Amino acid sequence: MSDDASSSEVQAYTVRLELVDEPGELLSALEPIAENGGNLLSVFHERGSVTPRGHIPVEVDLECPQDRFDALVSDLRDAGVNVIRAGAERYGEEVTVLLVGHVIETDFSETLSFIEDNAEASVADVSLSAPGGTSEVASARLRLAAETGTTGEVVGTVREVAERKDLRVVEPLTEMEESA
Amino acid sequence: MKLAVLGAGAVGRSVAELAGEYGHRVTALADSTGAVVNADGIDVASALAEKDDEDSVGESAPEEALDAEYDVLVEATPTTLGDAQPGFGHVRSALERDRHVVLANKGPVAERYADLRELERDSEGSVRFEATVGGAIPVLSTIEDYGPDTISAARGVLNGTANFVLSRMAAEGLGYEHVLAEAQDLGVAEADPSFDVNGTDAALKCVILANVLGDREYSLDDAEVEGIAELPGNALELAGEDGRTVRLIGEAGPDGVRVGPRLVPENGTLAVSGTRNIVQLETDHAGRLNLSGRGAGGPETATAVLADVNRL
Repeated sequence: MSDDASSSEVQAYTVRLELVDEPGELLSALEPIAENGGNLLSVFHERGSVTPRGHIPVEVDLECPQDRFDALVSDLRDAGVNVIRAGAERYGEEVTVLLVGHVIETDFSETLSFIEDNAEASVADVSLSAPGGTSEVASARLRLAAETGTTGEVVGTVREVAERKDLRVVEPLTEMEESA
Repeated sequence: MKLAVLGAGAVGRSVAELAGEYGHRVTALADSTGAVVNADGIDVASALAEKDDEDSVGESAPEEALDAEYDVLVEATPTTLGDAQPGFGHVRSALERDRHVVLANKGPVAERYADLRELERDSEGSVRFEATVGGAIPVLSTIEDYGPDTISAARGVLNGTANFVLSRMAAEGLGYEHVLAEAQDLGVAEADPSFDVNGTDAALKCVILANVLGDREYSLDDAEVEGIAELPGNALELAGEDGRTVRLIGEAGPDGVRVGPRLVPENGTLAVSGTRNIVQLETDHAGRLNLSGRGAGGPETATAVLADVNRL
């Protein structure tokens, strides 16, 4: 029973396609999505960039029941669409942390790139408060987008860089928060 | 029941004052320098008046309270760390006399839990310590009623002083030092608030929870503890802009004991304000249980002590 429930659960996916630059190509690529019960979230059509093979890369965010996703991808391929990457949405969860201390003096941009490089996360939003100027104790709020199920590791990476730079981390209380 | 009350601070005083209302009689009351003992019941009001005037409840030596006639020893001396003395010795004396012990002192339960249980096994008396976690909130008795095996984890806000400071900082946009000074003026924070703001007090309570819930012994040394001292006001502002706030959260669970400032939803269950405490119990079959109320104070803690006496 529980397996049925989880496989029919709707999940977010990102599909990367390469389209031939011809009229109607995008529309025919999107049809199999709707036919498989998918819900389009966004279409990022990189018109300016062309792949070495002369195709146009398109990134499609969609939601669909988990048990329909494989059929959706094979229908796309059957329709002649070149599917480059298909899988669960890369960043499925968000985690917010506070950093307190000499946030700015300790090379804030290095802190951010360390987190992005060492954790499977991207910095979605940053808010800084340094009322005493850059050399005083400042605070930063980071919203990090992480792959589903990896927020613990992401927080671990934040702790690692914070320890190196003598910053305090105020971590979120995660696992029981949602139903609070 | 006849009660011997050790400690005449806010909690010991209140226990002595309220005992009669709960149908009990105080036969001994001691502070660090003196005691008053009477097998027929002491005059609580005059002993406390004596303490106010003379700085001690009576002329007798404090040890005489331990040797007095009583059914229950109420241990309400200040919490000490490490060997948890002299509180632990008081508990030992009472159990060796086959008397019951009710603790408000966290030291013996947090630092020497296995020793405490061993003494209890060899005694006709039993040990209870509801007052050591969450003041008036019935946390430990709820765990006992449900069965510790059916509760997987506990967490919450367990220090009223730290919570007062954090909630005032967030509400008024004031700095840590300012709010702490205000808390001291209001009597919410003690002159030396370090146990509260550095997380020790909350950690001791979580260690006690872990001892009760788990199958191994914990002490303060096993806990990961971070306090709220020097947290800048702008950190709380940033949290607030995002619908969150910061609370000193203690956790006791399968992963051990951890206390530290954490981001929680601003309007969430754990974001209690002022000196209020809250404990969440994660039950195996009944979801989450939220218990909240006053976590400190003389009459509040005495209420938990006397509830324990009534359970004996």
